[in-house]
Amino acid sequence: MAKGIKSIETRHYDERDAFFAGLRRMSRRGFLRLAGASAGLAMAKGLVPPHSFQLIEMAGAAETGKPPFTFAYISDTHLYPGRLNDRFVRAILKAVDDVNNLDPPPDFVLFGGDLAQLGQREELDLGHEILKGVKPPIHMMVGEHDWFFDMGEHWRALFGPEQYSFDHKGVHFVTIMSVQEKDFWTERHMTPMERMQTVAGLDNGVQSRFEVGPAGREWLQKDLEKVDPSTPLVVFSHSPLYKYYRPWNFWTEDADEVQAILGRFQRVTVLHGHTHQLLSNRIGNIDFHGMLSTAWPWPYAPEGLPKLTIQQNRADPFDQFDGCGDGSVEVTENGLANALYNLWDRNPVTVRASYLASGGANDAPARTKLPSY
Amino acid sequence: MTPRRTLMLLVLSTLGAGAVVLAQSRTRVDRHPSPPSFSGNVVVALCDGETTAEIPGVKEGETPTPAQARDVADRLMAAWREKNPSARWEESVRLAAAEQVGGTVQGEAGGLPAGPQGAVQEGHTYGAFSERDQRIWAAETDKFVQEGRRVFHDSKALGSTIAVSCDMCHPDGANTHPETYPKFQVQLGRVALLRDMINWCIQNPTRGKPLVDDDPRLKALEAYILAQRKGTPLEYGKH
Repeated sequence: MAKGIKSIETRHYDERDAFFAGLRRMSRRGFLRLAGASAGLAMAKGLVPPHSFQLIEMAGAAETGKPPFTFAYISDTHLYPGRLNDRFVRAILKAVDDVNNLDPPPDFVLFGGDLAQLGQREELDLGHEILKGVKPPIHMMVGEHDWFFDMGEHWRALFGPEQYSFDHKGVHFVTIMSVQEKDFWTERHMTPMERMQTVAGLDNGVQSRFEVGPAGREWLQKDLEKVDPSTPLVVFSHSPLYKYYRPWNFWTEDADEVQAILGRFQRVTVLHGHTHQLLSNRIGNIDFHGMLSTAWPWPYAPEGLPKLTIQQNRADPFDQFDGCGDGSVEVTENGLANALYNLWDRNPVTVRASYLASGGANDAPARTKLPSY
Repeated sequence: MTPRRTLMLLVLSTLGAGAVVLAQSRTRVDRHPSPPSFSGNVVVALCDGETTAEIPGVKEGETPTPAQARDVADRLMAAWREKNPSARWEESVRLAAAEQVGGTVQGEAGGLPAGPQGAVQEGHTYGAFSERDQRIWAAETDKFVQEGRRVFHDSKALGSTIAVSCDMCHPDGANTHPETYPKFQVQLGRVALLRDMINWCIQNPTRGKPLVDDDPRLKALEAYILAQRKGTPLEYGKH
């Protein structure tokens, strides 16, 4: 055989040797962090051909910079009282197990809102107890299902203020309360429970649309004043912070104003709950990732789906956990966020910052061949 | 109902002087004495009390032949139509509809039309309905669909034991794709109808008891789910 030309078999073994050599150069921590991302998981299942080895190389390069970190999330658990419904309790417990078994452990865990289904004291207390089992530090976000029975009173008593910010490894994190609604209940003489049940109905058109509201926006403006625009910014919001589908409140009425406030930052990632589906978007320099629910998946809305979203195919109703899940976010050394969707009973999907930034040209997640409906 | 005038009956009296005309009312018979004929022929009067016609060659007390009776009836009818050109006799309506280009007259949105009736459809009894009829039928159908909507959104009405209702996974009935049934439901290993899947969902994610086939709730649920997919082509067997 002529020099310089290698057979397929030789090339395969070369690639294989280079891969294992690369593994030896990596720290255990570095490898496992990556294993927590989609490529590693998929490889463990023997589903990815050798060309995915290049992801390992990327992670190796990342180690030379400022150490990246991950955080995990659990969202939209919709708990009823435990004696009434054990189905959703089993699901949140599964998610707690997931985040506790991440190796290396995430720096913290975000709870994405809608801990309770009808904002009842008993439901929130149950969630509070279960989340005590989460080993990493936890940051709480409120959802409309937690709020509209007593307008957040019990939730605040358990978890503190609904809007707050913190800094972590050079990244500024902000949690905002984006599920305010203009008063639709007083003129209708609704009881607190009627108000709660109205908001709990996704297709209930009686309610108002979600908004951060003037007070919330003012708070956000003030919080961000002291932050340099070059600081990576990650925003936690229960509603999507953009306009996707109004009839289901996959929507934030004052999204444009909020985006304008975030606009001066160079790298912004919004992580939102409420939509219960794999959902990706980019507006200006803001990346948006939807969080999965543990309780049930929502179908994609009939219109308005962001173009960058690669849809998950429709869930199998015969499998309680299909289409549900939890996830984690890898924040790279340059402050970009790659979102890992840990879809239970399915292969995980990673939506990378590079995919969104390139307008879908690079690093596209695998597309399902099945219809999403 | 359609303003329809009962076809008047012309009854030729074989007894007495001339004809007796029966009007619409069966309980009250108006008698209109007809003017005498100079020729002594039988004179037949129309129920309007004005129009009359003679039966040539038939004298008082004689019985006209069937052909003579038909002839005088036709002449009276023609005279009446000439006097009442806008009357809605079935035949004239049919002729008018054939000439008219365009569809039914649309009433105002919301509520039944207050004014005169809209266009009356041509044809036989089933086809003879108005805009108002259609609105009533649509309202009745919508009531049925709304009942389905209520059950769909009410875990108690469904019989869920864990407070789960259909809309929690299927807002606006989304992701139910009723147009694909019947189909081979792989997870069940057999061909299923939409109602089979409704009952499956009631038994499993909502943990209730299946509804019997003629349960009004099951019918209403089917109505609501189908109504959400208006305009979607039927594609039975699709996966």
